[in-house]
Amino acid sequence: MNLTLHIWRQRNASEKGRMVRYEVPEVNPEMSFLEMLDVLNEGLIAKGDEPVAFDHDCREGICGMCGFMINGTAHGPRRGTTVCQLHMRYFKDGDVLYLEPWRARAFPIVKDLVVDRSAFDRIIAAGGFISAPTGSAPDGNSILVPKEAADLSMDAAACIGCGACVAMCPNAAAALFTGAKIMHLGALPQGQPERYSRVTAMVAQASHELFGSCTNIGECEAVCPKEIRLEAIARMNRDFLKAAVSGRD
Amino acid sequence: MELDAKIPEGPIETLWDRHKFDLKLVNPANKRKYNIIVVGSGLAGGSAAATLGELGYNVQCFCFQDSPRRAHSIAAQGGINAAKNYHGDGDSIYRLFYDTVKGGDFRAREANVYRLAQISVDIIDQCVAQGVPFAREYGGMLDNRSFGGAQVSRTFYARGQTGQQLLLGAYQALERQIAAGQVKMYPRAEMLDLVVVDGHARGIVTRDLVTGEVESHAADAVVLGTGGYGNVYYLSTNAKGCNATAIWRAYKKGALFANPCFTQIHPTCIPVTGSYQSKLTLMSESLRNDGRIWVPLRKGDKRPPNSIPAEERDYFLERKYPSFGNLVPRDVASRNAKAVCDEGRGVGESGLGVYLDFKSALERLGKHVIKERYGNLFDMYERITGEDPYQAPMRIYPAIHYTMGGLWVDYNLMSTIPGLYVIGEANFSDHGANRLGASALMQGLADGYFILPYTISDYLATTKLLKVDSSHEAFRESEAQVACKTKRLLEIKGTRPVDSFHRDLGKLVWEYCGMARTAEGLRHLLEKIPELREQFWRDVTVPGTGSELNQSLEKAGRVGDFLELAELMCLDALERNESCGGHFREEYQTAEGEALRNDAEYSYAAAWQYRGDGQAPAMVKEPLHFDYVHPSQRSYK
Repeated sequence: MNLTLHIWRQRNASEKGRMVRYEVPEVNPEMSFLEMLDVLNEGLIAKGDEPVAFDHDCREGICGMCGFMINGTAHGPRRGTTVCQLHMRYFKDGDVLYLEPWRARAFPIVKDLVVDRSAFDRIIAAGGFISAPTGSAPDGNSILVPKEAADLSMDAAACIGCGACVAMCPNAAAALFTGAKIMHLGALPQGQPERYSRVTAMVAQASHELFGSCTNIGECEAVCPKEIRLEAIARMNRDFLKAAVSGRD
Repeated sequence: MELDAKIPEGPIETLWDRHKFDLKLVNPANKRKYNIIVVGSGLAGGSAAATLGELGYNVQCFCFQDSPRRAHSIAAQGGINAAKNYHGDGDSIYRLFYDTVKGGDFRAREANVYRLAQISVDIIDQCVAQGVPFAREYGGMLDNRSFGGAQVSRTFYARGQTGQQLLLGAYQALERQIAAGQVKMYPRAEMLDLVVVDGHARGIVTRDLVTGEVESHAADAVVLGTGGYGNVYYLSTNAKGCNATAIWRAYKKGALFANPCFTQIHPTCIPVTGSYQSKLTLMSESLRNDGRIWVPLRKGDKRPPNSIPAEERDYFLERKYPSFGNLVPRDVASRNAKAVCDEGRGVGESGLGVYLDFKSALERLGKHVIKERYGNLFDMYERITGEDPYQAPMRIYPAIHYTMGGLWVDYNLMSTIPGLYVIGEANFSDHGANRLGASALMQGLADGYFILPYTISDYLATTKLLKVDSSHEAFRESEAQVACKTKRLLEIKGTRPVDSFHRDLGKLVWEYCGMARTAEGLRHLLEKIPELREQFWRDVTVPGTGSELNQSLEKAGRVGDFLELAELMCLDALERNESCGGHFREEYQTAEGEALRNDAEYSYAAAWQYRGDGQAPAMVKEPLHFDYVHPSQRSYK
């Protein structure tokens, strides 16, 4: 199949960017989307042009490094799929695709489709952990975790920190990302001692990073490649409210 | 040069405890006076940086990704071993030790492996306390499963995302130390040289991948947790960014590289579909617990799998290895898959594939159980291939997955350069010639959480180090070398992109130094690689400049190093005239086609010493002694 791509090219954070049109002929439907871009890039390099910069690493949907907008949808048209796992068989000959980087004030552009997501790291650093110094732990089975709690926790812990939720949100809120970590740790008995200080600190950090506020639109859930549910946001809000009214932290 | 592994004397069961007591400590008030550099933020590097920070050292941690949470440990699916014996099925520390030494085909150091088995139980406790959501039984206890090559259920798991969850545990611990000011994190930074002053590792030179700036960082000790070199094969299950540059440049600064030819082929990966393919995707080997591997009995049988009746199928692993069946170790499973494909009985378009069939498990256990165990893997398979494994068997083929070789380290995980420590997959120590499933996560975390923090304090407490900062002339020299290399790559302006060289290298190494090797093939490769390297340095083209984010430039540096490392792998493979674990030399096999070791002559680790470009490296042997697990022909029949 033959495709027309319009890709956002921007040299660095301070220079102005623009959409550039590329024709990609003879795309094999068995390719992944990033392999299609590899082919485009090899062609550009051979012509002496600069290849399109995009973040990627594991290419199996778990590291969370890749991601950009395809025709306005984070990670493209397939549900529960990162762009590295998206295959060209879901596109058809003659398709015109617009590729843009994640757009959010808290994710400044580095180059082309590459953005700076270090704000996510700082949200985790603010409280997204259980303080368990190495070597201090009791036997694993001395902490009983009901299977339902472990499953609930794992549902949220599956977050890969790709930033699609922020990119898709009209408010550029990081609520699903932050809520997922709060749900992961809050569902477990080990997470209880720091439960309320955690939510307060993480939410404060998220707003400090200039992420927007959540207005329950649900675009985040729709594009999350790990299909994290809005429930994570509800749990975060409940914990946040509890922490606020009880005056704990 | 003599290698001293510094293994303490005495019975193996108490070695580590006694050694820990003998190691000198750094006074808590003095810890903040020491700077430690950790390169890599995966399970080994991340857990080490977090723990060292927690202890009070000043830590600087570097990773090439945009966040420490993305290191490739994250992609490990199946699980992590620990000798907890929670199921009362006969497991023990000694059995895990025994299995690992045997599984490694008697090419690992006994003392290290015993310590690894001992520490395995502490790792689970630590990770549970951190909030790793391990799978649970209905009573709230930790669940286990059995894993390739083991007859007990000792593998702890978090769905099919165990590596992700363990890494997030280490990452969160690391972020806690970053917030506390104990660790300074440098993401999007690549180590391009090791700086050695007066024979001691005193720092590194990095390139900031966003600005291109070359920077010097001085420290009292340097820790490399930079993973393996599987990407030398181009197509592997490694992440695209995984590279050998840190360990390779340390090798060129004097660290010995041990057993480079010990590479592991994972039996269950999704087969290659075309020349544009950029990586291979692993399907966890836990799938072999319930999936049955088969090919058609008849050559060239092109019928769809579901219309081939049972009597016309060859369940070759169950047939040849009745006691282990589909759960034989990785090297055995891989070689057998290759053998049936070489016979012309492979499946799929390319003929390079075997079926992994869940039909009987689906009938026995029901779809919901299979979905709970492997749901995410089945989904991943469907996303990549467009085929539904609940309806038709998966197609799988072996792929490069892990490298057992790496920088040589002693019992304290220190390389031959004092002050340079190497942990996790980057070192060579624990898996011998073949790693058992669910042991990589175990080793990474054992090294980072529980071994390195003890051994490094002994070095710092007992070594008189001169005051060195990044203004030292050795840093200037390294910076100049790094800048020069970058300039050279940018100025070649040849005709071929970096990837085309990498693909060619990968094809060659896979063909002649992959699943099966011969002296003839290796000699051929030893001629081909220098030719390709010469072409690379003459004809590669790297667009852009050195003072910006330049992904082609990053790749070019890494491929340049792979082109050198591949040659060392071949030398090592050619020198080792035996078959063991992942190193299968066709000349050395039993009548039944199994690996034939030569313990009398090759019971050693081969550590290679760099002697200058264009010069043959020198090989130094570390003899291996087996006082507890006596070498035998591995049998999984």
